[in-house]
Amino acid sequence: MAGSTPASLSASAPAAAPAARKAQRFSPWHEAWRRFRRHKMALFSAVALFLIVFGVLAGPFLWPVAINEIDFAAKLQGPSWAHPLGTDDLGQDLLARLIYGGRISIAVGVAAMVVAIFFGLLVGAIAGMSSGRVDAALMWVTDLFLSLPQLPLLLLVIYLFREPVKGVLGVEGGAFVLIVAVIGGTRWMSAARLVRAQFLSLREKEFVEAARALGASKLRQVVQHILPNALGPVIVVATIDIAAAIIAESTLSFLGLGFPSDVPTWGSVLRDAKDYLDIAPHWALFPGSLIFITVLAINFIGDGLRDALDPRRVL
Amino acid sequence: MAEPLLDIRGLKTWFKTDDGMVRAVDGVDLHIDRGETLGVVGESGCGKTVTARSVLKLIDMPPGRFEAGQILWQGRDLIPLSMEEMDKIRAKEIAIIFQEPMTSLNPVYTVGDQIAEVIALHQKLSRKQAIAGAAEMLRLVNIPNPQRRVHDYPHQFSGGMRQRVMIAMALSCQPKLLIADEPTTALDVTIQAQILELMQEMKERFGMAIMLITHAMGVVAETCQRVTVMYAGNVVEEASVEALFGDPRHPYTQGLIRSIPRVDRSAEKKQRLEAIAGTVPNLLEPPPGCRFAARCKFAMDVCTQAVPPLKEVGPGHYVRCVL
Repeated sequence: MAGSTPASLSASAPAAAPAARKAQRFSPWHEAWRRFRRHKMALFSAVALFLIVFGVLAGPFLWPVAINEIDFAAKLQGPSWAHPLGTDDLGQDLLARLIYGGRISIAVGVAAMVVAIFFGLLVGAIAGMSSGRVDAALMWVTDLFLSLPQLPLLLLVIYLFREPVKGVLGVEGGAFVLIVAVIGGTRWMSAARLVRAQFLSLREKEFVEAARALGASKLRQVVQHILPNALGPVIVVATIDIAAAIIAESTLSFLGLGFPSDVPTWGSVLRDAKDYLDIAPHWALFPGSLIFITVLAINFIGDGLRDALDPRRVL
Repeated sequence: MAEPLLDIRGLKTWFKTDDGMVRAVDGVDLHIDRGETLGVVGESGCGKTVTARSVLKLIDMPPGRFEAGQILWQGRDLIPLSMEEMDKIRAKEIAIIFQEPMTSLNPVYTVGDQIAEVIALHQKLSRKQAIAGAAEMLRLVNIPNPQRRVHDYPHQFSGGMRQRVMIAMALSCQPKLLIADEPTTALDVTIQAQILELMQEMKERFGMAIMLITHAMGVVAETCQRVTVMYAGNVVEEASVEALFGDPRHPYTQGLIRSIPRVDRSAEKKQRLEAIAGTVPNLLEPPPGCRFAARCKFAMDVCTQAVPPLKEVGPGHYVRCVL
């Protein structure tokens, strides 16, 4: 046999180790961040998104102008010092309205993503861990949801439930909850399929088997060992879901089925602007650009994350 | 003799498939005494791994199921136990290490976290104590610099080091039996020797028994006291290492031993390396008689009629053959 090899190994290692150690002391998340930084567009997008989010959060303090202050003397004005982004047909300040609208649009996007990912994880994990009938039934439901035409369904659900929900949660809160539920409830399927596929492959991995062999319960295997390994692709889908939810909210608002018309969101400002495209193009241009930039930035970040969290490179 | 640590009696683990019942383990008897190393040998697909996994009840059910037999752990049958009761036996009493060290560790946690998890599952300890315990285990398996390595991730370890970590993990609760399912197959030869030596060292330190599953006869000769030879879901021969290599009785065992490459012999006599002709029979519908009959040079009519019983040919030496 190999005699004293282990002893000699431990004797020689400390001498060689310290130099190499500092450079490689990274967790997989450090590694991912290092790779993400190399993705220039994603990094640039992250900065842009941060500025937008910071802007809508801090905006009301930096630009304390009321969103509903009507001033017919200043209606449909282009950008000026008094109104940096111009005014609408009631003379309301567009910058203030877009700051407020951005809060709603982004909050809806994030909340709808959370709902979608939560249901996606739940359905996907249950389907992936159970085999046979439960799996088949859940995937059948997923396919069913995927085959439903989304927009007519959104319109129908909002039309049916707007009044009852409004009664319980108030006008704005009711609209928020309903819109988030409807967008999240129709967007969980891709996450569910992804999570199921991840679980199907991960649950056969040796480290899960090893955890099982060393006494980890089923729940522990899922939460501790399978879920963290499935998270990479889910995070990517989650970012793209935020972008899709922002677009969906804009669509609903544009069609007049989102928030009440006196509450500005990016989509509803765009809707109000459409009749004045020829005389006040700035009115449509700014909310449109904000939606465009935000969604584009989120998609680029998703791209960067996909490269950074590629499981083949993490493993 | 005293009660054996593990006593498997007439174990049948079958798998239901679309084509019918696969009799992967079909009536296996074997036992392991305290502190001994039992080698389980046989070629791929002969039921070694299924036997090992049956002991820890790691067989997916369905499609698998225990058709018959008992697995007596210190006199207590494991087969009727619930999964919760099994979780208490796993790692604490019986631990297992697998063939693939490269993928047996979770890539998203540090090795310390993973060893600590096993320790914390079975003992009431704070996280700090568990991590300290993990570092101590790493030191025992000869990982240099354990205090720092405990915070490293699996991808920062080589294959041999990961198998050491796996051993540390498996031994962290000081089990009485370690099942090693081809622990060195994926490693190169020098590392193999180190790992086997480490297992030997751990065995002496903790006084545990080892069930070493392998298809390398050389590994068996060096590390085991007793050997069970399996073929197509059956035990065909059981003997002490000396008896098995000195006086192999079953034609299959003889074939296995002759198929070990020997540098000295082939050079002198210009011999070709001998192989056992044919392949393992389909376990879906095993032939009625001796399962090895189709490949056996000495097969007679009687061999294809009924499975021969295990008969004692020497002290502790059993053979399932009519010869």
